[in-house]
Amino acid sequence: MAVLDALLLQSGYNAALVTLGAALLGFSAGASGSFLFLRKRALVSDAVAHATLPGVALAFMVMVSLGGDGRSLFGLLLGSAISAGVGLLSIEWIVRRTRLSEDAAIGAVLGVFFGAGVVLLTIIQTMSTGRQAGLESFLLGSTAGMLFEDAIVIAVGGAVSVGLIWLLRRPMTLVSFDADYAASLGYDTRRIDLLIMGLVTAATVIGLKVVGLILIVAMLIIPSVTARFWTERTGQLVWIAGTVGAFAGYTGAAISASAPNLPTGPIIVLMSAAFFTLSLFLAPARGVVAALLRHRRFQARVHRRQGLLALAAQHPIREGYTLRLLAREGLVRADGVPTLEGRAEAAKVVLDEERWTVARRIHQDIGLSGQYDGLTPIEDVFTKDEIAAFDHEITRLGAV
Amino acid sequence: MSPFPPEIVTEAGVAIAPSLPDDAALTIRSATVSYGDKPAVFSVDATFPAGALSAIVGPNGAGKSTLLKAALGVVPRVSGEIFAFGEPVEQARGRIAYVPQRASVDWDFPTTVLDVVKMGLYPRVGLLGRLSGSMRQTAVDALARVGMADFADRQIGRLSGGQQQRVFLARALAQDADLYLLDEPFAGVDAATERAIIDVLKLLRAEGKAVVAVHHDLATVRDYFDHVFFINVRRVAEGPVDTTFTTETLQATYGGRLAATQLSELALTRAG
Repeated sequence: MAVLDALLLQSGYNAALVTLGAALLGFSAGASGSFLFLRKRALVSDAVAHATLPGVALAFMVMVSLGGDGRSLFGLLLGSAISAGVGLLSIEWIVRRTRLSEDAAIGAVLGVFFGAGVVLLTIIQTMSTGRQAGLESFLLGSTAGMLFEDAIVIAVGGAVSVGLIWLLRRPMTLVSFDADYAASLGYDTRRIDLLIMGLVTAATVIGLKVVGLILIVAMLIIPSVTARFWTERTGQLVWIAGTVGAFAGYTGAAISASAPNLPTGPIIVLMSAAFFTLSLFLAPARGVVAALLRHRRFQARVHRRQGLLALAAQHPIREGYTLRLLAREGLVRADGVPTLEGRAEAAKVVLDEERWTVARRIHQDIGLSGQYDGLTPIEDVFTKDEIAAFDHEITRLGAV
Repeated sequence: MSPFPPEIVTEAGVAIAPSLPDDAALTIRSATVSYGDKPAVFSVDATFPAGALSAIVGPNGAGKSTLLKAALGVVPRVSGEIFAFGEPVEQARGRIAYVPQRASVDWDFPTTVLDVVKMGLYPRVGLLGRLSGSMRQTAVDALARVGMADFADRQIGRLSGGQQQRVFLARALAQDADLYLLDEPFAGVDAATERAIIDVLKLLRAEGKAVVAVHHDLATVRDYFDHVFFINVRRVAEGPVDTTFTTETLQATYGGRLAATQLSELALTRAG
C-alpha cells in the first residue's frame, strides 16, 4: 500500500526527506505557536507569515541583480525573515505608539505587506533574467523539489527554536500569564514578547517552502489549540503541541507522497485538523463526549440529591429513576422506605444544604457561590476555615 | 511634621535632593504617570514606612493602581524617582513583591495553583536552574499560609474569587520580599478570605515587613491600616491613620462624592 510505504519512509529518498522534514517543522511550529496561543496573539502569526512575501520577492531581485539566478534558498529565506521582522515590528510599533488596537494593526500590516509582495511578484514575472518559475510556491508550499539542504535548514532551525523554547519557557510562561507581574520581577516583557514572536517568525520562515505562507498559521496554532484539550499545565501543553504538530507533519507529508498531485501543505493542515477534531470530541476533561458523559453523571447526581432531600423531608419519591438510583446504592428499599444508610446519607445532604445556604449569603458577589448547583459538596469549593465559618453561622442562627 | 524636609538648594539654585527618610520602605518623589496626554498621577510625593500596613485611598480613577504600578516600575514614568529601602526601585526588585488585581489575568490559563505560586521563585531559579526541593517547599508553605494547601494541584480556573486572591498573595509570599505592594486585595472577596488576607498582612508587619495596599473600602481603613495615603491624581494627604484619616482629608480627596452622612460615619469609627 502506497500510504503505508510512505509512512514507513519506503517511498523513495525524496519522499522520506520531505516526511522527516515536515515532522521536524511540525514539532517546532507547534511548540513555538504555543506561547503565541497562550499570549492570545495567535493572529499576529498570520500577519508575520504574509509579511514574508515582499522579502522573498526582494531577495530574488537583489540576487538576480547581483548576477545570480535568484534561487538560493538561504537568500530567499533571509529576505523573508527580514521582511517578516519588519512586519512584526510595525505591528508592535503601531500598537505602542498609536491608539489602534492590535487586531487593527494586524489587518493593516497583513494587507499592506501581502499586497506589496504580490506586486513585486508580478514585476518579477516580467523580468527577463533569473529563474522566476516556482517563486509562487512560497504561497502554498511545494515539496516537489525538496533538497537535502532544505531539510537541513528545517532541522537546524527547528532544533535552535526548540532549544530556545526550553531555555526560556519560564519567562515566556510568566509573560503569557501575567505580564505586569513579570515586569515587577524585573523581566523585560517587551523583549520576551518579541522573542515569542521571533520564534514564530523562525518557524514561519523555515516552513515557507513546505506549507507556504498562507497555511503556516495553521501549523502554528492548531497544535496548541489541540493540546489544550489534553492538559491543564503549560509545560505539557508546549510539548504536546509539538508532538501533535510533528505527527500532523509526518502523516500529512507521507499521505501526500503516496499519490501524485496531493499538495503537501494542505494535507498536513488537514491532518492537524483531524487531530483537533478528535481531541474536540474525545479529550478526557474538555472534550465534547466527556462533557456529555459528565452531563449524564450530573443528571444522576441531581436525582440522587433530590431523592435524599425528599427522604430527609419524609416526602415520598415518585420518579422511578430516582428510586432505582437510590435502591441500587442500598439507600432505600424497593418500596421507597429509607434504610439506615439512606437516613445517614440524607442527614449529610441536609447539613451540606445548610452550609451552602450560609455560603451563598456570605459570598454573594463572587463567582463560586453563583455556581452553586445544589450538588457540589461544599468541601470541593470552600476551604476548611471558610466551612468552619459557615458552621459557626449555622450554630448562631440555630441558637436565635 | 512633614516627612519631607524643606528643599535645600545650592548657591546656584540647584536643588539638592534631601536624604531619604531612614525608616521608609518606599519613597516616591515627584512621580508623574500619564496615559496619552492626561496625567493619571501628577507630581506625587509619598513615603511609606517600613514595618507598617499602609493604604492608598482615593476615588475611582484617582490613580491608585497607577501609582502602585509606577512604584514597581511596571508602567513608565514621565518624571520622578522611586526608591525602595533607599535604593532605586530597579535595583531593589528582589525585595519587592507585587500582588496584581485578580481580574488582570485569564484564569482559564493552563496552570495549577502550585505552579502559579512557583512563579514567585522564577527570578531565583534563573534560566538554566531547576526548582529545587526546598523551593518547592517554599511554594507549598506559602500556600499553607493563606489556607490553600489542599488546592495545590487544582487548575486555577476552578477557584472562587477569594481563592484566586489568596493564590496571588501566596505567590508574593513565596518571593520572601521585604515590601509587598497589593492592588485591591480585598476587592470582591468573601469575608473569610478578607480575614485570612488581613491576618497574613499583620503577620508580615510583625516580621518587620512593609505592606502597601490600594484599598477601596473606607470603612475598614481604620481597622486594617497604620498609615494612609490619600490620592486624587495629586497627593492629598498622608500620615498615620489616627491623625490623617479625618473628615477633612476625606472631603478633600473625594469632594462631593461622599455624602455628609458617610463622612460623619467614617469619622466616628475613629473611636473604634
